[in-house]
Amino acid sequence: MQHGKYRFIAGFLALPVILYAVFVISPFVQAIYYSFTDWTGLSSDFTMVGFKNYNWLLHDDLFWKAVGHNVVLLLVVPLVTLGLGLFFAFMLNVGGRGRKNAAVSGVRGSSLYKVIYFFPQVLSIAIVALLFQFTYNPRNGAINSFLDGVGLDSLQQQWLADPKLALWCLMAVMVWSNVGFYVVLFSAGMSSIPRDFYEAALLDGANRIKTFFKITLPLLWDTVQTGWIYMGIIALDAFAVVQIMTVGPGGPADSTQVMGYYVYTKTFHDGQAGRATTIGVAMLIVTLIFAVIVTRLGRRERLEY
Amino acid sequence: MTSHAEPSELPGVTKEDEAPAAGPAAKQPPPGFTPEGRIGSEGKVLNVFSHGILVVWGLLVTLPLLWAVMSSLKTDKQIFTSPWGLPSALHFDNWTRAWSKSNIGDFFLNTILVVGCSLIGTMLLGSMAAYILARFEFPGKRFIYFMFVGGMSFPIILALVPLFFVMKNMSLLNTFHGLILVYIAYSLPFTVFFLTSFFKTLPSSVAEAALIDGASHTRTFFQVMLPMAKPGLISVGIFNFLGQWNQYMLPTVLNTDEDKRVLTQGLVQLAASQQYKGDWSALFAGLVLAMLPVLAVYILFQRQVQAGLTAGALK
Repeated sequence: MQHGKYRFIAGFLALPVILYAVFVISPFVQAIYYSFTDWTGLSSDFTMVGFKNYNWLLHDDLFWKAVGHNVVLLLVVPLVTLGLGLFFAFMLNVGGRGRKNAAVSGVRGSSLYKVIYFFPQVLSIAIVALLFQFTYNPRNGAINSFLDGVGLDSLQQQWLADPKLALWCLMAVMVWSNVGFYVVLFSAGMSSIPRDFYEAALLDGANRIKTFFKITLPLLWDTVQTGWIYMGIIALDAFAVVQIMTVGPGGPADSTQVMGYYVYTKTFHDGQAGRATTIGVAMLIVTLIFAVIVTRLGRRERLEY
Repeated sequence: MTSHAEPSELPGVTKEDEAPAAGPAAKQPPPGFTPEGRIGSEGKVLNVFSHGILVVWGLLVTLPLLWAVMSSLKTDKQIFTSPWGLPSALHFDNWTRAWSKSNIGDFFLNTILVVGCSLIGTMLLGSMAAYILARFEFPGKRFIYFMFVGGMSFPIILALVPLFFVMKNMSLLNTFHGLILVYIAYSLPFTVFFLTSFFKTLPSSVAEAALIDGASHTRTFFQVMLPMAKPGLISVGIFNFLGQWNQYMLPTVLNTDEDKRVLTQGLVQLAASQQYKGDWSALFAGLVLAMLPVLAVYILFQRQVQAGLTAGALK
């Protein structure tokens, strides 16, 4: 019996583990190894160069520019996305007109709102990026022609072609495509908070803003924190939006260069795979730092209800 | 926030106002500050306000999509001269042109092939590994589990450069089976993570009964455990389907052969080439053709899709 059990375990685990080791684990490990070589990626010979790539990276202006953009993305995109998500979810669940026998209630048609808000989530980021590339088009894009139509020509912009605006245009798209997910996620969390809590708070004279900060947010905190890490990973990546939407790609005057896209150009355009993996390792470090900060800052007493 | 509406303005409130006075021991709240009064008046203002905001975001979400659909039915000239105007006639020929001449149809079939095989492989291998990790004790179990789960938090782009050369050495670059294997491998972390915790929640008595009745471990897994795990399999299946259907970065790097492009990368490359040719209408049509099936599936199964996509984050 025991023998049969181990054979069964090995039989079931072999394929998934081998596949995962070959295509996921080994590339990650190799990436760290290659970051210490001068490998071009084109030929198979390379030599170990120690920390030379890392030294180069520390003095590379474009890299620091990319890091700066990633930090902006990391601060703005999760904050705005989760903020809007919480706000809309609260509106949907608690913002309704008080009905009989219910101190708090959702707005009417809240499920319809949720269905619509979730649309962008099912679309590929590539399709969303293309859609907005057209939308931002200064000549025939939806935004400029809309502004023209309502007589606000003065607000027309070059959008993605403007170095000052390009990164903000990308952030708007990232927020647009992710808010719906968090509305649905937070709504699910909010609907499991017992109604009595709200009723008790309202009886004690708390207004809705106070109930939000004193009841909803603390009870949802775990979900918000998970969402923060998810959004952080999305913000750190940003490869697709940069590659598809911005000119260059990388934006006018490198105004939208991010680490993820820099890895790609270094490998496939510049033939500097060694340096590219160094950037990748830097990205990994930033991701880990971010995850640690979020978990540390967000650590609170877990509330059971 | 606090609106000091006169109770007389809110007919439902006036008679409730007397209620707290009934108990002499009850603290007498100031007029207009009874809980019901607050809810009633605040609710009204809030209701209008919240609907207003909610509608604005609804429009922000839907208008770009509607604009794309409208543009896909216009002539090129109309797209330029009246971007927000309704199409003068419905040019469905844009759609057929995009489907056949711009190869959207081929991209579509490629995507179905790749995602179909990947999804089956992911679900099969993922549930097998998850079942073992959830139900059996053996040395190295924790290590394998954390190896899988750890893959969720690493930036894929870091692995992408070496992965490209791993694939090249195994001559898997620009092949469907190579892409399928990679899709499966990169879908495993979440699948294993999710299904392991799901299998742990299932009662073990049924499987034990099956084993006592003489069923082999393999047979128990396929005929007893998998059917029991159906809700979890559906959730994670939807999650993987959308993730693989929408995958962009992996095929862009690993699958550059023109005939083997999947929908997302095909569309992006089409956009790059068509913008020079100026066939905007076909481009919009291609975009809409790529969007509509996913949106249609979503609208049909919205409950399951929403549950499937958010399931992982709620754990």
